[in-house]
Amino acid sequence: MNTFKLDRREFLTLTGVAGGGLLLGCSSSSNSSQAMFVKNNQAHKLNIFVSVRPDNRVDIINHRSEMGQGAKTGVIQMIADELDVDWEKINVVQGLGDKAYGSQNTDGSTSVRKFYSKLREIGASARTMLEQAAAEYWQVDVSQVQAKQHKVFNLTNGNSLNYGDLAELAAKQPIPNVAKLTFKSKEQFKYITKPVPIVDLHDMTTGKATYGIDVELDGLLVASIERCPVLYGKVKSFDASGAKAIPGVVDVINMPETVKPVVFSAGSGVAVIATNTWAANQGRKALKIEWDLGENKDFDSEQAFADMASKAQNPAKRSAEKGDITAGFAKAEQILEATYKVPFLAHAPMEPPAAAALVTDTSCEIWAATQNPQAVMDNVAGMVGLKPEQIKVNVTLLGGGFGRKSKADFVCEAVYLSKKLGKPVKVVWTREDDLKMGYFHAGATAFIKAGVDKHANITAWQQRSVMPSIKTTFAPSTDDLLDVELSLGFNDIPFQLESLQGESSGYVNPVRIGWLRSVSNIPHAFALHSFVDELAHANNIPTHKYLRQLYAEDRLIDPITDYGFKGYKNYDESLQRHPISTQRFKAVLDKLEQTVNFDEALPAGQGWGLAIHRSFVSYVGVASKVEVKDGKLTVLAMHSVIDCGVAVNPDRVESQLEGAMIFGLSLALMGRIDIKQGAVSQSNFHDYPVLRMQQCPELSVAIIQSDAYPGGVGEPGVPPVAPSLVNAIFTATGKRYRELPINQYLTV
Amino acid sequence: MELKINNQIHQVDAPDEMPLLWVLRDLLGKKGTKFGCGQGLCGTCTVHVNGQPMRSCITPVAVAKNSEVTTIEGVDEQGNHPIQIAWRENNVPQCGYCQSGQIMSALNLLSNNSTPTDQDIDSAMSGNICRCGTYPRIKQAIKDAAKVMNQNKGAKS
Ligand code: FES
Ligand code: FES
Repeated sequence: MNTFKLDRREFLTLTGVAGGGLLLGCSSSSNSSQAMFVKNNQAHKLNIFVSVRPDNRVDIINHRSEMGQGAKTGVIQMIADELDVDWEKINVVQGLGDKAYGSQNTDGSTSVRKFYSKLREIGASARTMLEQAAAEYWQVDVSQVQAKQHKVFNLTNGNSLNYGDLAELAAKQPIPNVAKLTFKSKEQFKYITKPVPIVDLHDMTTGKATYGIDVELDGLLVASIERCPVLYGKVKSFDASGAKAIPGVVDVINMPETVKPVVFSAGSGVAVIATNTWAANQGRKALKIEWDLGENKDFDSEQAFADMASKAQNPAKRSAEKGDITAGFAKAEQILEATYKVPFLAHAPMEPPAAAALVTDTSCEIWAATQNPQAVMDNVAGMVGLKPEQIKVNVTLLGGGFGRKSKADFVCEAVYLSKKLGKPVKVVWTREDDLKMGYFHAGATAFIKAGVDKHANITAWQQRSVMPSIKTTFAPSTDDLLDVELSLGFNDIPFQLESLQGESSGYVNPVRIGWLRSVSNIPHAFALHSFVDELAHANNIPTHKYLRQLYAEDRLIDPITDYGFKGYKNYDESLQRHPISTQRFKAVLDKLEQTVNFDEALPAGQGWGLAIHRSFVSYVGVASKVEVKDGKLTVLAMHSVIDCGVAVNPDRVESQLEGAMIFGLSLALMGRIDIKQGAVSQSNFHDYPVLRMQQCPELSVAIIQSDAYPGGVGEPGVPPVAPSLVNAIFTATGKRYRELPINQYLTV
Repeated sequence: MELKINNQIHQVDAPDEMPLLWVLRDLLGKKGTKFGCGQGLCGTCTVHVNGQPMRSCITPVAVAKNSEVTTIEGVDEQGNHPIQIAWRENNVPQCGYCQSGQIMSALNLLSNNSTPTDQDIDSAMSGNICRCGTYPRIKQAIKDAAKVMNQNKGAKS
């Protein structure tokens, strides 16, 4: 007998079923099921992402962090489409940190490209279980039923059951074999490739959206921490009496000394704990601390750049090689060389880092604006004597991340303090903390030298990348760059080159280095695409035409075989699924040329520039139009074209590209972190300015329609912005700026 | 002290110099108003005091005594002010964190200027940073909201 439980009223409304024998067949269980239905709307789990409730609502887990890039909506779109659910009946549930979901490290523009297949399988699998349940219920073969729009239909007689009706029975079905799952064709997509509005849209316009800084808990205390301004320095002594006299301050706690390597640990400083944020900040101002600034107290970023520039002029470790550059230079008609510089940068997400923790003798629960809850679990486990899987991490919305919040340091601080106090503690960073104590984007220098023949074809290309590696945060003495860093727009040049030599050098660097939106693509793209523009001008060829010449015929580039770069990572994707295709570069160029007339005659002081860059396996071209008048730069317009393969949510792709142009303009025009005597000089938005509305040009975005497997979207829009801008300034003024930011030369 | 926030009277025990931002957030649990810089530089903390936009992070709570304070939570009970609707129709937010402040600044602009030009919008919104870069959509949403608000006014008169 069928044990499927249905609400009687709902059952009766099922067309054709009420009059049939099935109702009688099940009637013995219908009373109890009705009681259960009313009192208990229990979620029946079909897999780790999907549960169906008897009231017909479907819980779907988003396991990725939402920081403005739209991942939360994209994840649900991918599952919901194959599950064929009604969007209005979805409860989006934010997943806790849990390895069962796979990677939750929301970084590297991976949420769609790394989960596109898996999440569609998750949705299709749950849908198949609902179909199996319906087939069992109707006692027909599963081929005779079909799920559609939150119902399963009986194809033999047109009857249907809601997903909610099938919840309990579906949860008892065997997990379908992945190889046997069926998937929608792109014509059948209902959510994928559609501009679905983001899940939190309403809350974000009413002040109800909850971020890390907004966490509230019973008896929650707030901590503000004065950290040692120099990495690996420590507290010599401190006087807490002034702080303790501030009303609301409940305690002052010495933080643990920074260990080496720093990684993501909480470090040297003094925490003031209070009943509210303001009291904590006031107490902190009243602290008197004597520091032992330690080994890095003389570090100076200007000196570092001078050192890096001289390293860039000298032979360094080779990582890529094609042909013979000596012969290539010997036969060149013309040789050009240039050195480029991008300063240290800070992420400055609008919400500074914030996290709350409650540690007891046997448990540890965390609420955090984190991009990587599993890294949090791994990093705090040792601090509280638990296993990583025993740490409960609730992920809030993130008020921006850009890479900053994938580091667990601020969460470790909250855990440390909660453990000390045995009370819930929220650590809230100030903007000054955020800018001074970041995991900075590495200041970088790049050198390029190329020889061209009389047709401007490249006979030799030599390049050097010099910067402190991200690895210095994990292994401070690292004096080398990682293969992954050299894979970010460096040893993967898409141009026709007769010979190539790629070299690199690290720089031992005493500040914390971390990854920032598009990472080493920023300095690499700046150098590469500025230099190509220089070559084009030196040969009197419009840059857009010269690019076409350099892409040459349609072909696939394999840095491993073509350039001997054994360590090429391709953003952790295969070159089969995500090739480096000159045809796709050219399609982006075509689209830019359709959008913009690069050869138009413009008034004096105006000019166009462009750059096209592949990163995170997507291709983005940016065209910029500027005007320079009396030393004042105005960016008039900026257009982006992206080929990211299938655009799961075209509206979010557009918004990411808009945001990337603005993020890229911020760094190109004004981004600069200086380090003097081991400490960061900048402190807030007055001396670390980011773009404001009145500086924002007219923007447009075009998405190339593609059936290619999805690529990244959050980051690839950033790298071409800065070179496109300086190239436009060159067209407008004949002045070449090889060092960012531009506000050292022009008013912005 | 007594504060009138979104038409409701609240009693708070706070020193005069405590910024309104932290009174709202930490003492009254109104978390819609955000912290971004603490120095009056970013606008995420924007609220209205007697109809004037203020950076609540640098406004001592004493200033708000005997005044009407409006926060994002008080813009419209259902969240359906034409500005909020226009924000949604343009899918403005990315991370959303700056948007309370943006909406409060836009609300002030449109109460003083029903047909703002691009320059008017730029100057009214120049104090509000959006690190995610939603400026073009904010601008469009303000224009759309202005149209609707003018139509509503026309319909009423
Ligand atoms: S937090 Fe008040 S202006 Fe930035
Ligand atoms: S939407 Fe993220 S800061 Fe504006």
